[in-house]
Parts: sequence; structure tokens; C-alpha cells
Amino acid sequence: MRAIEPWVEAPLDGFLRESSARIVLLMTSSGQVVAQHGFTRSLDVMAAAALGAGIIASTTEIARVMSVPTLGNVVHQGAGLSVLLAPFAMPAGTWVALVVFGPETSVGLVQLFCTRLAVDLAAAAPQARPAAPILAEQFEDELNASLRTLFGR
Amino acid sequence: MSTAFSAVLDGLTRVPGVRSALLVAADDGLVIAESSMTDVEPAAVAALAASLAARLARAVAITGYATPRSFHLEATGGGLMAAPAGEGLLLVAVTEPDANVGLLRLALRDAAERVG
Repeated sequence: MRAIEPWVEAPLDGFLRESSARIVLLMTSSGQVVAQHGFTRSLDVMAAAALGAGIIASTTEIARVMSVPTLGNVVHQGAGLSVLLAPFAMPAGTWVALVVFGPETSVGLVQLFCTRLAVDLAAAAPQARPAAPILAEQFEDELNASLRTLFGR
Repeated sequence: MSTAFSAVLDGLTRVPGVRSALLVAADDGLVIAESSMTDVEPAAVAALAASLAARLARAVAITGYATPRSFHLEATGGGLMAAPAGEGLLLVAVTEPDANVGLLRLALRDAAERVG
């Protein structure tokens, strides 16, 4: 498991242990990766984060069109692996958990522990502070630092 | 909740000491129907009971005793009894410590036949 924010590690570790999920990606609603477990290639993470954030954005827009406050989790059950996309509120905005799990667990268990993960993360999160402006010259350095943290290279 | 399932689960909650009854999708661990008289969290009970039932079924299969008909978990503050009900379904009852367990076992078997 690799996390950009160290306080994410303990709640995510607990979730992995209890849910038996195979792959987890935590991201902001804009697709910025916060932590990952189970991915081996950075390109896979970028694609999964972009697609996951896109799906949640789509369902949020559908909810708006239907005039309902929000839609919940998105579950795609496959014959072997299944995918859960779960948006949840954090002090600094909405985060999304993308969880890939197999037949050794169930969607009910994964959803249950995902709900607890959201609570644990919100409790562990530091007080929200105003974000510093990101300058163009810093952007690539910050991106590379995040990739090194997530993939150890 | 459909009327048929509602009647079955209401029958279980009428057994003395039963706090809530659930019909659960055994593979998914999701609640299909519930009849609850307390603040028991149905989604959590369904997910964990289905997981427990799946593991127990594997353990029973290793002994060669085929499919389990029910299981009863006793805790200090209450208990949980569950029985498979037809293809891919699980009936779960959450009980007080002094629940009439014998009557509940019979009620669960009857309910399982009606659901299945």
C-alpha cells in the first residue's frame, strides 16, 4: 500500500485486512490519487482514477437531473472480479474509493467496511487548511513527488 | 418489502426474544427484506452473517456433512441464528439472550420452506 498522506495508511490498512479487497484506489472527486494498493503500474492508476472520477461525476449529474440529493455507491459485479465505487465526504471535499474485489468476499462486506473506512478517514484527517496556490514551475515537481510516493520510484 | 417476505419475517419476529429478522442475498451479503424492532444495523448484520454462513458452509463441506441447515451463534448479550432459504438466500434472526431458541429453529425452518 502506498499513500501520499501518511494519516490515510492506518484506516486503509484496516479496510484491506477486513474487507479482503484486492485493489483499492483512494482519490479526490477530481481524480487526484491519494493512496493505492494493488496497482503495479502508474499508468493503470492514472487511468483508473480518471475513469472512476468520471463515473462518479456522471452519477452526480444524473442525480442533479433527477432532482435527488445524491446517488450512492456504484457496483459493477462481474463473474470473477467486481468493482465498487464509493463517494464519501471528507473535511476537504468529496473523496472516492475504487475497490476491486473477488469471490472471497462479498459486495455487502466491502460496502460495510467502506462505510467504516470513510468514518475512520474523516476522523483521522487533519484540520482542513487553505490550499496554497500551485505555480506552474512547482507542478511537475509535485506530480513527480506524488508518483514516487505511490510507486516507490 | 414484498408482502410475502414481510409475512415470513413478521412470523420470525413474533417468536419470543427475536429482535429482528432479515432475508439476505447469501452471495452478496445484502439485505433483501427486514423486519426489525430495534436499532440493529441491518446492512452490517446481513454482510457479516452471510460471510459467516459462507465460511461455515465450507467448514461443513470438509466434514462431508453436505449443506448446513442452520447455525446458532451465542453471545453474552444475545445471539444470532441463520438458515439457508432456497437458492442463494439466507434467513437471519437476531435474538435476546433469553430467546426461545427451539421455537426459533422451527420457525426458521418453516420460513425457509416458505421463502424457498
